[in-house]
Amino acid sequence: MSAGHDAPPYVPVFQGETKARLEALAERYPTRQALLLPALWMVQEAHGWVPPEGIAEIAEQLGLTPATVRGVVSFYTMYHTHPVGRHFIQVCTTSPCNMCGAEDVVRALLEHSGCGEVGATSPDGRFTVIEVECLGACAFVTPLLIDDDFIESVTPESVPALLARYS
Amino acid sequence: MGYPHPIHPKETPVLSTYFGDPDARSYQGWVARGGYQALRQTLGMTPEAIVDEVKASGLRGRGGAGFPTGLKWSFMPKDGTRPHYLCCNADESEPGTFKDREIMRWTPHALIEGCAIASLAIRAETCVIFIRGEYTEPYRIMEDAVAEAYAEGVVGANAMGSGKRIEILLHRGAGAYICGEETALMNAVEGKRGNPRIKPPFPAVAGLFGLPTTINNVETLAAVPHIITRGAAWYAGLSLSNPKSTGTKLISVCGHVQRPGTYEITMGLPMQELIFDLCGGMKPGRTLKAVIPGGSSVPIMTPDEVAACATDYEGIAAQGSLLGSGGMIVMDDTTDMVYQIMRLARFYAHESCAQCTNCREGTAWTTKILERILRGEGKPSDLDLLLDLADNMTGKTICVLSDSCATPVVSGIAKFRGEFEAYLSGARTPIAVGA
Amino acid sequence: MSAELISLTIDGMTVAVPKGTTLIEAAKQAGVLVPHYCYHPSLPSPAVCRMCLVEVEKLPKLVPSCVTPAAEGQVVHVHSPAARKAREGVLEFLLINHPLDCPICDQAGECELQDFVFQEGRAGTRYADEAKRWNPVEDFGSDILYVANRCILCTRCVRFMDDVAETPVLNISERGDRAYVGIDEGERLDHEWSGNVVDLCPVGSLISKDFLHKARAWDLDKTASICTGCTQGCNVTLDLRDEVVVRIRPRPNLDVNRHFICDTGRADYRWMNRGDRVEAPLVVRDDRLVATDWDEALERAAETLAANAGPVVVLAGGRASSESIGWVMQLLRGRQVSAAMKVPLGEEVPLAGIPNLALRRERAANLHGARLLGMDADWSDALAAASGAAVVVILDATMDDAEVEALRGSGAVIHLATVLDPRLPALAAVLPVTTVAEEQGVYVNRDGRAQRYLPAKTPQGMARPAWWVAAQIWQRADDSRQAPDTASEAFAALAPFAGMTHRDLGFTGRVVPTMAEAAS
Repeated sequence: MSAGHDAPPYVPVFQGETKARLEALAERYPTRQALLLPALWMVQEAHGWVPPEGIAEIAEQLGLTPATVRGVVSFYTMYHTHPVGRHFIQVCTTSPCNMCGAEDVVRALLEHSGCGEVGATSPDGRFTVIEVECLGACAFVTPLLIDDDFIESVTPESVPALLARYS
Repeated sequence: MGYPHPIHPKETPVLSTYFGDPDARSYQGWVARGGYQALRQTLGMTPEAIVDEVKASGLRGRGGAGFPTGLKWSFMPKDGTRPHYLCCNADESEPGTFKDREIMRWTPHALIEGCAIASLAIRAETCVIFIRGEYTEPYRIMEDAVAEAYAEGVVGANAMGSGKRIEILLHRGAGAYICGEETALMNAVEGKRGNPRIKPPFPAVAGLFGLPTTINNVETLAAVPHIITRGAAWYAGLSLSNPKSTGTKLISVCGHVQRPGTYEITMGLPMQELIFDLCGGMKPGRTLKAVIPGGSSVPIMTPDEVAACATDYEGIAAQGSLLGSGGMIVMDDTTDMVYQIMRLARFYAHESCAQCTNCREGTAWTTKILERILRGEGKPSDLDLLLDLADNMTGKTICVLSDSCATPVVSGIAKFRGEFEAYLSGARTPIAVGA
Repeated sequence: MSAELISLTIDGMTVAVPKGTTLIEAAKQAGVLVPHYCYHPSLPSPAVCRMCLVEVEKLPKLVPSCVTPAAEGQVVHVHSPAARKAREGVLEFLLINHPLDCPICDQAGECELQDFVFQEGRAGTRYADEAKRWNPVEDFGSDILYVANRCILCTRCVRFMDDVAETPVLNISERGDRAYVGIDEGERLDHEWSGNVVDLCPVGSLISKDFLHKARAWDLDKTASICTGCTQGCNVTLDLRDEVVVRIRPRPNLDVNRHFICDTGRADYRWMNRGDRVEAPLVVRDDRLVATDWDEALERAAETLAANAGPVVVLAGGRASSESIGWVMQLLRGRQVSAAMKVPLGEEVPLAGIPNLALRRERAANLHGARLLGMDADWSDALAAASGAAVVVILDATMDDAEVEALRGSGAVIHLATVLDPRLPALAAVLPVTTVAEEQGVYVNRDGRAQRYLPAKTPQGMARPAWWVAAQIWQRADDSRQAPDTASEAFAALAPFAGMTHRDLGFTGRVVPTMAEAAS
């Protein structure tokens, strides 16, 4: 959250094509609340995170209170309730990866991304690195997610070249 | 993505036959490999006949609990007064488990076909496949495959021209291990916090949206088309050991083996062969120290127990652990058991949904005690305290996440007590963790 | 409808309960309280606190008694070693992050965590070396503070807002031991019924700003009463510290208000503590009101009534008891009387999840009692008649200026008063009467339920119940008359309540037979 400028005004997500996508989904579920996880993904896709205005917009779209939406948002760790870097890196550090060197990969990522510490965003706004629990690719140590790209078998040595692919 | 390994002679590829074959991902490719014959066949069968066939195969749930699949299907109401749902549990999140990922990545149509057949068996018109949010690649592949299946008329309002409706919905999770618990998964689909529900009512009575629901694991459903086309007797006959464990099982092996990966074995294969032949054993100069055989929530096994163990439900149970999801974590002699058990406890503390007191507070407290032991700040009474907390966390909550945290602690202290004591006595160099 | 009965044994006691009864409720019938936090009889049960686990013979695991239905022949052990160990474990888990700030916590003394830890918890802590979870105190709005550190996440408050108020402004945020009760930014807990979350909270996590640090629970005297705010007749408890009412809380009555009251009723107590009360009977002497004794004042009132022949107007406030209304009407029997109760009107605010429970439009506690007792004129009609009346009797009604003006022209005014009103014209006597907090009496609610309230404090000065005042005047007119000595006697003498006594109204009241017929 080191952005040193005023945030641009919130642009509603659910209009035009996105609204149509939401309503198409609505026909497939018996309740509107069932659209909550998909709707949160749509807001995060559009804004890079789920801002309070996004919570309010979803609440209105689905007929829920913002409190209900917020309770759900905070349950699922993949929704960002704060702005994050342009590229969001999630590194698995649970036991199977941990045993095989995941913590070294985290150190390399923090160093080469400029983030410095887990959870922080690099000064250039490019990266945020967090440790996450099991990514479900335990044979491919160390797996990580950069945005929606699932990347396997990352080593401390492969980190610089990997990061170079994300501007 | 790289992977998979070449098939080992001791493997029995059924579900994994086409792992690594990108052509098997497409509808045409799948049909060319015999796909959708089973669905066509079952569209002409009664639900009872499908259920009977799966019952006869002995197929048991591959998600962890091992409940007989045909029996589970038979619990669904037969009166047809309310809509039914099928849920496919693709929220594979148990540390050490990554087999369903390979099914979705390489053979998405196998899963769609299995879902369609199961939907027919339980009289459901809608199947929701809930895929964990982190599985971005499997999700995209499944998304393409479902779109293809609709376009080809395999599923939809008139599945394969049968007049029967089979809808397949993909629902993406967003980062919550507990959604792998069946009722938590249903809450997630309903747009709620992924809190497990009290049972009863069981899903067959009141599941997704309060309607009768069956929930099956990816691997379970992907096995169904094979059972239909090749017959229950063939599937049951694959077992090497006890007739209660039939067919093949995908075992995802990770940790300190030379060739980690997902292996398909017949039930009953000696665990020693799995680890040392299929996976190539330990790295040079290292020896086996411990195995967690069924995902991180089952008791830890020692090398002696591994040596005596047949890899199936009964064989592993005989050695005091569980086959679980078939996610096998292998640890060599360099492993710090105290540290790894702390990591597992931290995992469960992070993932606790917060509902039940014992789990919410117990997982976090257990983690803190393990951390202080590692920091060299433990007290001699800490091991008894950990065991007593584990007792207070076992069998007392809505779901088994709390038990899952306690299990590695209890078996770790029982089997590797010396390592804990080395930290307590100062014989081991403390590690800066936590606090 | 006769429910099928099930017989089971709980801690050695055999009880029979209707089929479908949960073990926790069955245990109550066996006289056994199963400790619990998340369970509440007026909320859906999530079975999350895991405190009410009990042992049932032949079942492999302990079961949550709040959601487990009783079954025929079950043998249940609430206090077996396994059940006690489980609860001791839960209590320990709840305490590890709970601050030891009982000395400054309003809940202390009425805290279910304190009580059950004292009863079943460990004597010492095993969590001495770690930091406790810390979150700042949140202002949830209107009257409510959330002290997150004390929260045991039982979710009663969240469920009340979700399922009973049907206004889900609270949530559980985050997961694991980071979880807390959240409210959305920009939302406030200002629902008309939201104060109930303070009562529902088993610990001192949700607390009332109004009650903050006013009293320790053990210093409070508690008296069963009835809310005077509207015609719903919610059962309440008046909590007093040293004769000062400091809090009103709901008192359970499943037929009227279950476990809830609205915030308007909850806040409506300061007038009970007014210092500017009429302390002594006052009569007019030399054009001045002067204090006197009851004898002279009653005599003066009797004379005033006798001397002013002609129609009488009675103007009553909404808090007048049935006894008082009944005896004022008895006093005036035989004369032409126009009697009305003043009924302020407000907006009706229902509690969505509970049938037939609302803050009612008619903001007068005893409107239906008044009608039953013949006080059935329109307020405006009675007021219009006042200027031509021989006597106007005001029974503790608060009048605005226009209403006071309307009394001009009446022969005489007798004021049964809690507070002096110097604007009143033609005053003959001011007779100090008690408030609902100082007397016992009966109100009749909108469903015809006669409900009793009890005296919570000593009457102010020489104040007496209005029924006593009216009956004493009545007795003076005829030597053969015998005024009642007690409120119970005063009640028993009233015709509409024939066959009913104070005693058999109990603590939850009874529907007046004639009104039950009218309703059916």
